[in-house]
Amino acid sequence: MFLINCPFCGERDQSEFSSGGEAHIVRPKQPTELSDDEWAEYLFMRKNIKGIQFERWNHVHGCRKWFNVVRDTSNDKILSVYKMGEKPPVNYK
Amino acid sequence: MPNYRIHKTEYIDETKRVSFKYDGKTYFGYEGDTLASALLANGIHLVGRSFKYHRPRGIVSCGAEEPNAICQIGSKKDLTEPNVRATELELYEGLEASSQNCWPNVKFDIGGINNFISPLIPAGFYYKTFMWPKSFWKKVYEPLIRLSAGLGKSPTEPDPDIYDHKHVHYDVLVIGGGVSGIIAAKMAAKNNLKTLLVDDKKILGGSTIYQNNESIKIDDKLSSEWLKNEIQEIKKLSNLTIKTRTSIAAYHGYNFLLAKENLTDHLPEEKKKNKIRQRLWKIRAKKVVIATGSIERPLVFNNNDRPGILLSNSINKYLDYYGVTCGENIILFTNNDSAYETSISLHKKGIKNIIVDLRKSASSKLIKQAESLGIKIYFNHVVTNTFGYRKINSLEIMKLSEDGNTTIGDKIKLSCDCLGMSGGWTPMVHMHTQSGGKLDFRDEDQVFLPKENSEDKISVGSCNGDFDLENIIDKTVNKINKFLDIDNQDYQDTNIICSKENDKRNIWLLPNKIPLGKTKCFIDFQNDSTAKDIKLALKEGFRSIEHVKRYTTTGMATDQGKLSNMHALGIIADTAGVKMGTLGTTTFRPPFTPLTFGTLVGRNVGKFFEVVRKTSMHEWHVENNAEFENVGQWKRPWYYPKNGENMHDAVQRESKAARDSAGILDASTLGKIDIQGTDASEFLNRVYTNAWSKLAIGKCRYGLMLNEDGMVYDDGVTTRISENHYLMTTTTGGAANVLSKLEDYLQTEWPELDVYLTSVTDHYSTASICGPNSKKILNKLFPNLDLSDENFPHMSFKEEKLENINCRIMRISFTGEQSYEINIESKYGHSLWKMCIEAGKEFNLTPYGTETMHLLRAEKGFIIVGQDTDGTMTPSDLQMDWIVSKKKYDFIGKRSLYRSDTIREDRKQLVGLLTDDPKEILEEGAQIVSDIKTKPIDMLGHVTSSYFSPNLNKSIALAVVRSGKTMKGQKLIIPMENKNINVTVSDTIFLDKENKRLNA
Ligand SMILES: [Zn+2]
Repeated sequence: MFLINCPFCGERDQSEFSSGGEAHIVRPKQPTELSDDEWAEYLFMRKNIKGIQFERWNHVHGCRKWFNVVRDTSNDKILSVYKMGEKPPVNYK
Repeated sequence: MPNYRIHKTEYIDETKRVSFKYDGKTYFGYEGDTLASALLANGIHLVGRSFKYHRPRGIVSCGAEEPNAICQIGSKKDLTEPNVRATELELYEGLEASSQNCWPNVKFDIGGINNFISPLIPAGFYYKTFMWPKSFWKKVYEPLIRLSAGLGKSPTEPDPDIYDHKHVHYDVLVIGGGVSGIIAAKMAAKNNLKTLLVDDKKILGGSTIYQNNESIKIDDKLSSEWLKNEIQEIKKLSNLTIKTRTSIAAYHGYNFLLAKENLTDHLPEEKKKNKIRQRLWKIRAKKVVIATGSIERPLVFNNNDRPGILLSNSINKYLDYYGVTCGENIILFTNNDSAYETSISLHKKGIKNIIVDLRKSASSKLIKQAESLGIKIYFNHVVTNTFGYRKINSLEIMKLSEDGNTTIGDKIKLSCDCLGMSGGWTPMVHMHTQSGGKLDFRDEDQVFLPKENSEDKISVGSCNGDFDLENIIDKTVNKINKFLDIDNQDYQDTNIICSKENDKRNIWLLPNKIPLGKTKCFIDFQNDSTAKDIKLALKEGFRSIEHVKRYTTTGMATDQGKLSNMHALGIIADTAGVKMGTLGTTTFRPPFTPLTFGTLVGRNVGKFFEVVRKTSMHEWHVENNAEFENVGQWKRPWYYPKNGENMHDAVQRESKAARDSAGILDASTLGKIDIQGTDASEFLNRVYTNAWSKLAIGKCRYGLMLNEDGMVYDDGVTTRISENHYLMTTTTGGAANVLSKLEDYLQTEWPELDVYLTSVTDHYSTASICGPNSKKILNKLFPNLDLSDENFPHMSFKEEKLENINCRIMRISFTGEQSYEINIESKYGHSLWKMCIEAGKEFNLTPYGTETMHLLRAEKGFIIVGQDTDGTMTPSDLQMDWIVSKKKYDFIGKRSLYRSDTIREDRKQLVGLLTDDPKEILEEGAQIVSDIKTKPIDMLGHVTSSYFSPNLNKSIALAVVRSGKTMKGQKLIIPMENKNINVTVSDTIFLDKENKRLNA
């Protein structure tokens, strides 16, 4: 069970959070301009990395804020947390 | 009665005699005994029958690894517990235990016949034998297996005991209170770290606490005496918490561990009452020290499973801790030095014993000590067979060949009444691997060891493969200093004297002149699998340890192979000719020992099982005999039966009253989200399919919300309260998810929008009054409110006071009738409801529940998201194209509405169905077809909603049907178990297509 450091509240038990999948997938500004394939790319395609993964988490039973997490899926270590809108830490790529 | 208690120890209180029943017979033991030690003191070894062959089985060990002495405790329907290990169960006055695996009784039983037909029960027996005929499984095979196999009995009534959960945080958690755990805990706590030490036994000290050999000393004292001092010391430390009778059940990531504390299992019945039985500790520790020790291995030879054959070290513990000898003429069979400690201990108490040692020769302090005591030792010998049916009475040994692959020379027959075996020691790496740790293999003594120690966990003592006392203490001290980054000098000058083992010889499957197929060399005692089974599995092509394990069921019993896994691996490695370290191990899964469901569930039973949400009108519904329906966590009135009505009759009455005069519904559970901010209108434009910018203040609008994939997600009416203030309603079940979804978009995609969302579901209570007389009732409640259609038309909103309390009134309708929803602060909800009922009396205002609501809306063809939709329906599939804005550039899900798949004409689409026989009510979920002759039958769709409408006096249904939009008037068939029902596709609106009733 993870211990997640919410950027707004501090360390909390994983049971207070919900995971929101891969981070940094931006909703297209002009969906109508996209082909079916391009739209499907946004809608369905997600990475499932063994290793360092960027994820969205929501402190759903706390401050209800969304934020980003850098997690190594091979050992579940959370390497970094940062707020929405912030750039991912450059040392993880 | 025989008495095998031969001397006093400080752990057995002979002043406190305890009576207990085992298999219906009364025996006596003492406070401090386990059930196993008390049985052995009474000379009882035979405690059950083996799982497959029903061979007599005896107590093998003295701890959690026990495979045979598995008991059923108690016989009450609500208080009986299966799978309890007699070796762990502390004796208490009034204990009633029975052997679990021996129907009809332990001494003679039907299953014993299996022993003689055992050639017919090979590996994979269950897979091969009980596969066919299939019809036999339920009625013949399963009851037979269950009856004759020791699966124990579950209680059949609710557990009356109380269980508890506790969350704790520590700097350091130490698992295991043996010598290394005690040292680690002391070092941590003395260095100002908040420390928790847990041990599954009643007292601390592990196996050192009863150690009494003169050649093992610390600071010139017996190691047990030295350790007792240490225990006294640590009990004084203020920041150390010690929990005995507490075992770690699971070690999860991020140092989150679950522990079970036994609080009353050792108490007499009358003292257990009204106390918490077991407590589940949920532990977060910054650092974890694993000091779980090791367990002795059995040896694999022919007939190694007779009662009276125990692990050698267990014989030692029964003797020196419990004062009980397991026999009077004991043979110890070993491949290492530890059996010599047992031998010397037995010798000291005057118990005759001899040693059979696999090793060609060996020399160490212990061996010299045994030799000098005149104990007979057969080096380079192996036990080849044992005899005695209900208990061992003799055995045969033979000399080993140079390479150890075969036996040579003559058989020597030796008589005995007990055999101790020691195949070396297996470090308990369960905790390490459960936490994600990897293992290394050490060839020298064939053990798996923790591979790495991380910043937040470390293994010390014999679970880390350090076996002699000097090694254990020195390494523990050094490692803990480093691990905790401290400089503790307490053990700097500790002087340790011990015996060092110099010689090793390991043979996983001991050689025998008899062909393997004719032997019974047990590996897994509890699941009855033998070396032959493993070899057969390999012959049949199984290679992976995980497959062999499942095929032979080795290691799959309640003891999870604590005694058997290593031998299974060893034999596979030897047979396949590979190095054991390359095979890997099976996965060690939690729990380490079985947990009761009660412990896992804790207090969350009965009314605490799940959170229940009640509206402020709930008490009124209860007083008026409502039947309730669970909608999410909400209790909603389902229908209000009068004078013994059934649901059908009540719903017919309620729905007729609502259309003929007036009905009232508690609509408080609908999700309510308060939306404010200068961009609120723009926000609604983006989340709903229709346009919101032009909605006038004081008006309401129905909205449909999609997922980004274009499928209908939720619906509801939203009211514009002021320029930048809206009140959104959602479905009852969808409220929390809708809020989360909206927050997601707001925070992550559109942070530039000035919008604030607040859930106000619980803040307002809602009474919804509908029907032709609803306006008259409203007029009585709000005499100053102009209710004319001009001033207060359908889909509009007014604020008005009821007495002094502000109400928000929406004229909106989910029934097709003229209808008003009155919202009031929840604390006034109950009063509002009662005032409505009072005002409605002269108009037969009838309270109705969710069932009538569903019927009334179905008559109008209004969908219920989640009933008529299932996450695969677009607005167009629901024939609701009218609500999708063509003008808006974008909204959630818009782009998906013209993907190649969503524009297919032959998608399942919502239609109405009318049965040819108007009295016939369809079953919701029933399949719909057009042709029942062509096989396989092509399924076109299914019924989503179905009712008998009293207002139309006929059956109506909604359904989703492939290409349904084009099928109006077409005949379809609903095949049921015993008949086919003919239906005609109709419009989805069955009543008042012109919406005249809204303004009637
Ligand atoms: Zn937070």
